[in-house]
Formats: sequence, structure tokens, C-alpha cells
Amino acid sequence: MTTETTPAKPAPQKTETKRNWFDTNLQLAVVCVLIFVVMALLNPRFLTPYNFQSMGFFAPELGILAIAMMIAMLTGGIDLSVVAIANLAGIAAGLWFQKAGTGGIGMVVGGVAIALIAGTLAGLFNGLVIAKLRVTPILATLGSGQVFTGLAVVLTGGPAIVGFPQAWNAIGNAKLAGVPVPLVIFAVICVATWALLARTPFGLNLMLIGTNPKAAVFAGLRRSRMILYSYAFTGFLAAIAGILLSARTNAAKSDYGASYLLQAVLIAVLGGTNPAGGKGSVLGVALALISLVLLSSGFQMMRVSLHMIDFIWGAFLILVIALNAWRNRKSEG
Amino acid sequence: MRLAASSDMVIAAILIVAMVVIGLINPAFWSLDNLFSLLKSNVVIGIMALAVLLVMLSGGIDVSFTAFAVAGMYLTVRTMVDIGYDGVVLPLLAATGIGAALGLVNALIVHKLRMIPLIVTLGTGAVVRGLVLGLVGTSIVNINKMPRELIAFGRSDILTMTNAGGTTFGLTAMLPIYLGLALVLHLVLTRTLIGRSVYAYGASPEAAKRVGFPIGRTLVFVYVTAGALAGLAGILQSAMIWQANPRDFLGWELDVIAAVVLGGASIFGGRGTVLGTVLGVFILVMIKNSLILMGIETTWQRVVVGGMLIAATALTALRDRKALV
Repeated sequence: MTTETTPAKPAPQKTETKRNWFDTNLQLAVVCVLIFVVMALLNPRFLTPYNFQSMGFFAPELGILAIAMMIAMLTGGIDLSVVAIANLAGIAAGLWFQKAGTGGIGMVVGGVAIALIAGTLAGLFNGLVIAKLRVTPILATLGSGQVFTGLAVVLTGGPAIVGFPQAWNAIGNAKLAGVPVPLVIFAVICVATWALLARTPFGLNLMLIGTNPKAAVFAGLRRSRMILYSYAFTGFLAAIAGILLSARTNAAKSDYGASYLLQAVLIAVLGGTNPAGGKGSVLGVALALISLVLLSSGFQMMRVSLHMIDFIWGAFLILVIALNAWRNRKSEG
Repeated sequence: MRLAASSDMVIAAILIVAMVVIGLINPAFWSLDNLFSLLKSNVVIGIMALAVLLVMLSGGIDVSFTAFAVAGMYLTVRTMVDIGYDGVVLPLLAATGIGAALGLVNALIVHKLRMIPLIVTLGTGAVVRGLVLGLVGTSIVNINKMPRELIAFGRSDILTMTNAGGTTFGLTAMLPIYLGLALVLHLVLTRTLIGRSVYAYGASPEAAKRVGFPIGRTLVFVYVTAGALAGLAGILQSAMIWQANPRDFLGWELDVIAAVVLGGASIFGGRGTVLGTVLGVFILVMIKNSLILMGIETTWQRVVVGGMLIAATALTALRDRKALV
């Protein structure tokens, strides 16, 4: 241990990460504007208020899943069960409405509570398996995702649950002063998650665990407890996405949103999250979401087939990986 | 090596116990007819499991193999239909080659860009599936259009028997192909330098590099072979079910990965055997197919498979922790 050099080191490191953060987000903002301009030039209908409103309704659920994915990645993990949790939460609420009736705002509050509890419990289960049984996050959540989807199939018997109350549908379809409600919820979640990560000991602990797990343990951080909490939070966020999804479509089914999984991973990684842990920002994820939603909405207007849009998402992911690798090599060398 | 052998013994013991239990619940399990059809269900998922095992031994995880299987199968069969070609050997080679070429892409991205294989293969899988469905087409090549010789190959048996009821049933000729591939992979992994380098790299990439293993070549071997196996599994599937469906294999990733993990392979790399994987595949297929025999509703299938995956990984995590102490 060379003690005399250590005090000097943290300072430049901090500005380094700060600058890195700024670089990533600036780059994303530029990409965002670029896509916006190109799509607006290519499609005359792109700039209509209707288009932006429809994006404001369907993008938030994906954005929330991406933020959930980022939280899991902060500790070097991943959550492949987010979509399953979202569906399970929606189905839990749907069953509640079938049993308890759909009248009254109290019922809807109860439904929201049940969905959130279901999601948090599912997340806690992931956290327990990962933190206590020490199962790798990939396998744990791949397996638990099947269990959650399987439970959803068992609970519904297969077909979609329909007949949600009107107040529930309003969560996904109403407007607040002209702004889609899902967008408002998404903004609130972004700010809350940012505050949680940047301004609380919990957030700092998560970042430290992801940066250097061994050092974090030696520094006295309760690693397994933090991981448990982070997956519970991931499940909680996934449940909110599930509420938005079922509220927007007025239905809940075990296999909705299957393509969201890849997209959530892509948005998290594109937003500057390091899948190996320790790095990720809410702003980056939000910017990545906006770029990709603009991109796919523009392509849809040009009548590009949905399969080709899948291809574009995948190609984008690989491109981002390549860019990041190139940048890292440059900063290393 | 002795550790691996004992691990395989445990899996074999679990398999035997499971067989006895299922047989007690429903004796129909032991009918040759049922056993033959179980073995038949092992072939495609088993070949895919060999591919996944290889990637897992190197410390990675592959979720693109189902897309590669679709590409190998659908591109080959569609081309055969379009040009009116019928045959067996060339199509098998073509599908294998397509898979191998796609595997090379995985290898290059994983090696050159040093990115986590899970995320790379999520991307390449989406790209390949999107291209096949978007550019080539979404229509199923059904039995009327499927090349005759390919179907005949897929339905050929090495052993045919007659039931008490008079119906005939057989043991598929695809089984020796699967077991032969398993044997070859076993020999390559245990007896050759490149095989040992896979274990070395999976256990510790840095150490493998310092000892002097050519890392790039190892990764190319792993992903190209995995891709080739996936492509072959794809075309065999279409020969065995008499149709080529570009949406086939959706969601198979989990079953195959579960089977490999069940077979004792460690996701951290460096640990796992071909024998264990073959046994793991058999356990998974057997339990899935026997749910109905045991009187459990099929809606529970996913819960059972997911639960098995978690239990198996938790057990291997425990084992690995003990082994490290």
C-alpha cells in the first residue's frame, strides 16, 4: 500500500467519471436530435401533435422497464424477468377486479396496490435467489421469468384478462393538461429514481458494489442486502410498467410485450449503463429511449415491417457495443 | 476430472430416481413406445444443448442459437423449394454452414469488442430473426411443399416394432446422429488442445492467455461450432416435423439452457461435461413430457421448467462455493 499517493488519486478520477457522464449524454442528445431531424425530413406526418401524443402513450412502459433493467445492471446483474413481472402484476390486478368488482375509485387504488405488491414480491424473490442462494442473475431471472410467466398462465388459464374499470384505463389513456398520463408517471419515476441513485446512501452503495464488489464488502457495505433491495425495486418498477401496459390496452395476458425485453436491455446499454456494473444514469436511459422511440415511430410511418424494426433494434445494440468498445480503447490507450 | 465424474454420477442418480417415480405414478411411462418417443424428443434440443454447453464452458451464454437454427433451416428449405432441389446431404451441410458463418460473427464481436456474450447474442439473435422474417418471409413451408427426401430422412427409423394393438413404432435414425455428435464433442473437449483451451479460457481468461493459449482461435472455435450445431439442429427439426416454420424455436432458449445447467455445467465457465449435458437434456425432456402422464396440467409446464432451472443453479452454486473453500 503506497499511502502517500492515494489521497491525490480520487479527485481526478471523479472529474473523469463526471466528464464521461457528460460525454455520453451529450452524444446521446446529439443522436436524438439527429434522428428527429432525419425522420421529420423523411416523413411529412412525423411532426404532427398526434404522432407525439401516441409516442407519449406507449413509450413510458418501455422506458420504465429500461430503468428497471439499469437498476439491475448497476450491481453487475441483469433482470430478464421484468416483462414477466409486468404481466404478472397486471394479471394480479385484473383478478382482483374480477373478484372484487370494478366500481369505485377505492377498487382501483386496491388494484394498483395489489399490482405493486405482486411486482415487489416477485422482485424480492429474484433478490433472495441472487443474493442468498448466490445464483447468477442471468440464470436466476431467466428461470424466475419462466416461473412468473407460468404462474400467469396458471392464474389466467391462457386467455387475456379483460374488463378493467374505467378509472384503471384512464391511467393508460387519459391526458393531464394535454400531456398523456403515462408520460407524467414516467417523468415522476425518472426524477424519483435519479434522486434515489444520486442523493441517497442506497444509490451510492449500489454504484460502489457495481464498481468493485470486493472493495465494497471490505468497506463494510451490506452487499447481499443491497442487492436484495435493488431487485425488489426492479420488480416494483416492472409492476408500474405492467399497470401502464394493462391500463393502455385494457387487458392483461401472460405473453404481452415479449419484444420489450431486448428493447429494455438495449435502451439501458445505449443509455450508457455498463452491464458489468457501477455505471448508469437515468438521464442517459431517458435520452436513449427517446432516440429509439423516434427511430421506430419514423420507420413505422415509412411502412417498414415490424420484423425489420426488430432487426434495426438488434443492429443498433451491436453498433452501440462497438462504439463503446472503441471509445473505451481510446481512453485506455 | 474426478470431480466432474462424480457430478455426472449425481445427475445420473437423479435421472434414475425421477424415472422410477414417474414409472410408479404411471406405468405407461415404461412402454417402449413412450421411451422411443422421449428419445426422439431429445435429438433437436440435445444438439442445441451441445452448442450451449460449449459456449457456457468458455464462460459465456448464448441466446442467439435459436435464431441461427431458424436461419439454417428456413434459408435452406426455402432455397430447396425455390430451385426445386431435393436431397439430404447438401441441405444438412448448407444449414450447418449458415449456422457456422453466423457463429463466426458472434465470435468476432465477443472477441474484438470484449462485450458480454449475453448482450452480444441478444443483439445478433434479434438481427438474424428480424432479417429472416423481414426479408425472406414469414410463411410456413408445409408438408406439401417440403422436399420429399428430407422428410423421408427425418422419418427414417433404425428400429421398428409393432404394438400389441398392431400399430408400428420406431426408434428415430436421428438419435445416432445426436449421440455421434455428442461423442465427437466429448473427444474434442477432453483429448485435443483446442478442447482443453476452452476449459482453460472459461475457468480463467487471463490465466489462459498468459499460459499461451491463442484466445482468438478458442473463441472462434467455440462460437463457430455452436452456430454450426444450431444450424444442423434447425434443419433436422424441419425434417422431423415435416415443415419449416420461421417462427419455430421461440422460447426454446430457456429449455436448452436449463438442460445444460441441469447437466452440471457452470455458467462461470470451465466446468461441465458432454455426458452431464446429455443426461440433463434427458431429464428435462422426460419431466416436461411426463407431466401429462403424471396427471399434472400442462399449464404448469413453464413453472416446472423455471423452478427446475432455479433449483439446479442454486445447487451448482452451492457446490461451487464448497469446492472453492
